[in-house]
Amino acid sequence: MTAPSPITPSQDALIDVQNLRVAFSTPAGLARAVDGVSFTIAPGETLGMVGESGCGKTVTGLSLLRLIEPPGLIDPTSRILFEGRDLLRLSEREIRRVRGRRIAMVFQEPMTALNPVFTVGDQIAEVVRVHEGATRRAAWQRAVEMLERVGLSSPADRAKQYPHQLSGGMRQRVLIGMALVMRPALLIADEPTTALDVTVQAQILELLRELQRDFGMAVLLITHDLGVIAETASRVLVMYGGEIVEEASVDELFANAHHPYTQGLLAAMPRVDDRRERLTTIPGTVPPPTAWPSGCRFRDRCPHAWDRTAREHPDLFVVADSHRSRCFLVQEPERRRAVVAEQAE
Amino acid sequence: MHRPTPLSFDVAGAPLDAPAPDVWRATPFRALWRDGAARAALCLLVALMLVAVFAPWLAPYDPGAQPDIIRLQYQPPSAAHPFGTDPYSRDVLSRMMYGTRVSLSIAILAMLLSTFIGTAYGLLAALGGRFTDAMLMRGVDTFLAIPRILLLLGVVALWGELSVKALIVVIGLSGWFAAARLVRTLVLGLRERDFVTAARGLGAHTSFIAVRHILPHLASPILVAATFGVGAALVIEAGLSFLGFGVAEPQASWGNILREGQDRPLGAWWLSVVPGAALVITVLAVNVIADRLRDIASGRHLPRG
Repeated sequence: MTAPSPITPSQDALIDVQNLRVAFSTPAGLARAVDGVSFTIAPGETLGMVGESGCGKTVTGLSLLRLIEPPGLIDPTSRILFEGRDLLRLSEREIRRVRGRRIAMVFQEPMTALNPVFTVGDQIAEVVRVHEGATRRAAWQRAVEMLERVGLSSPADRAKQYPHQLSGGMRQRVLIGMALVMRPALLIADEPTTALDVTVQAQILELLRELQRDFGMAVLLITHDLGVIAETASRVLVMYGGEIVEEASVDELFANAHHPYTQGLLAAMPRVDDRRERLTTIPGTVPPPTAWPSGCRFRDRCPHAWDRTAREHPDLFVVADSHRSRCFLVQEPERRRAVVAEQAE
Repeated sequence: MHRPTPLSFDVAGAPLDAPAPDVWRATPFRALWRDGAARAALCLLVALMLVAVFAPWLAPYDPGAQPDIIRLQYQPPSAAHPFGTDPYSRDVLSRMMYGTRVSLSIAILAMLLSTFIGTAYGLLAALGGRFTDAMLMRGVDTFLAIPRILLLLGVVALWGELSVKALIVVIGLSGWFAAARLVRTLVLGLRERDFVTAARGLGAHTSFIAVRHILPHLASPILVAATFGVGAALVIEAGLSFLGFGVAEPQASWGNILREGQDRPLGAWWLSVVPGAALVITVLAVNVIADRLRDIASGRHLPRG
């Protein structure tokens, strides 16, 4: 359906995802969780990926590390080019050398992503030992250094503690330490702050930003929170129904969101300068991935849908330089003007 | 949400200077010791093990000695023979002591063998992919459908007389199916836990994850199942020996002492009562411990709230 047409030339990209499709076979049929997603991330860049639950964000993140397990399957024609190789064509052994060493992931739930029966120092040291075959002592030393690096006080003592002895924020710091101990070129952060208190969220984001700068790594930040994106990312992908529906720089997206879904997300965001009593919501829910509507997948919830959106499936159309939107309004400027006028009222 | 692992005890918010809880050694056994019935059972089993180990020094007679097969057979309990004598005039107390050695070691070693096989098999089934899993588990289903004693009688019938080592192997090999199923079920749940995905995402090999991240979480259910397994193996060994297919004469085991009494159940009651009581009490003790361990593993001994 969608021809891969990366905006950034792929030679400069650290990772170049081309037409990624991931499907799960379920009793209700084939669930196409990710359906033709293409994007690139430049070295050192932070790419935000935003969308509501079930839009395919997490599956995209897991696919980059090939962590999709049966009954899930990555389309064999998809390509994920990273450091000159297609990750989808690496042997099991080769992909293990990439995981944790070149690309690492931080998970959403700091409560469950740590193994409760080992000390946190052990769990960081384990990563070093898996990849470098370092001695216990050397790996432990690296773990303690990493704990200090992620901002835990008295790291040598903390390293000997079990996950349940740490707070949520500290656990998330440990998980970040586990992910970064090998200094990966790309960090996938899947909702890294969702499970945390707001004040802790800000600290963790600040930590991520600082470590990114110091280590010079690229970050794919997956979140449902546009506020997090605004603070952290330089470019954004908006996901809906297993597809990218809008792609733009952060400034462009917040100033000139084009896709009705993105506009809905922005309208649903609470703002300090806003005196509304109730927040706006987008009516309806994401359709199930076993039965994406033909035509535009946002049609059922879109205030501007017309007959063409039922017949045809929109491509990612270029709105402006490095700004694309999967909406026919790009192609129909007159209708777009009418919509804008209507919104202004 | 966060579920504590079976053997860990949450002390959320413990201060930094608090020592890390020694989850693996002290706590479950301390909890076991606090329970009256479990403590009695533990004492009994330790005493039995001491008897087993020191049988040559403790036994008043040679267990195989037949001093006077005409005049000293079927002697009722007396000061000289506290548990009487058997049809061959052998001292039953001495035979019981040596029998403890044989019966307990068969039960424990057979349990270790079946636990090891069951755990490895269950891990392989759960982590080896859907096809492997289906194949392996259908095999287990088949063998679980056959009563264990029947399976063993079939094997023994084919082989004839078995040495103690062979008995351990045969009993062990017939007892791992339930353990395999238990382990597989637990691992199917564990492998979906986030920390397993996290370990995979950081480059760990499946076998590494199985041993390092999954196995420790199986420790308490396996311990419980293995303890019950000792009781089952004791009964199986006694059953086989009683039927004459187990430990071969003249070596003593609880089962074949019981067998000596079957000709005169009323006249020589001590030949049935002594090994019978030993079996009942021991199996009961083992099961009490297993039962309490299960309570401890599920945290039921902890104060509510």
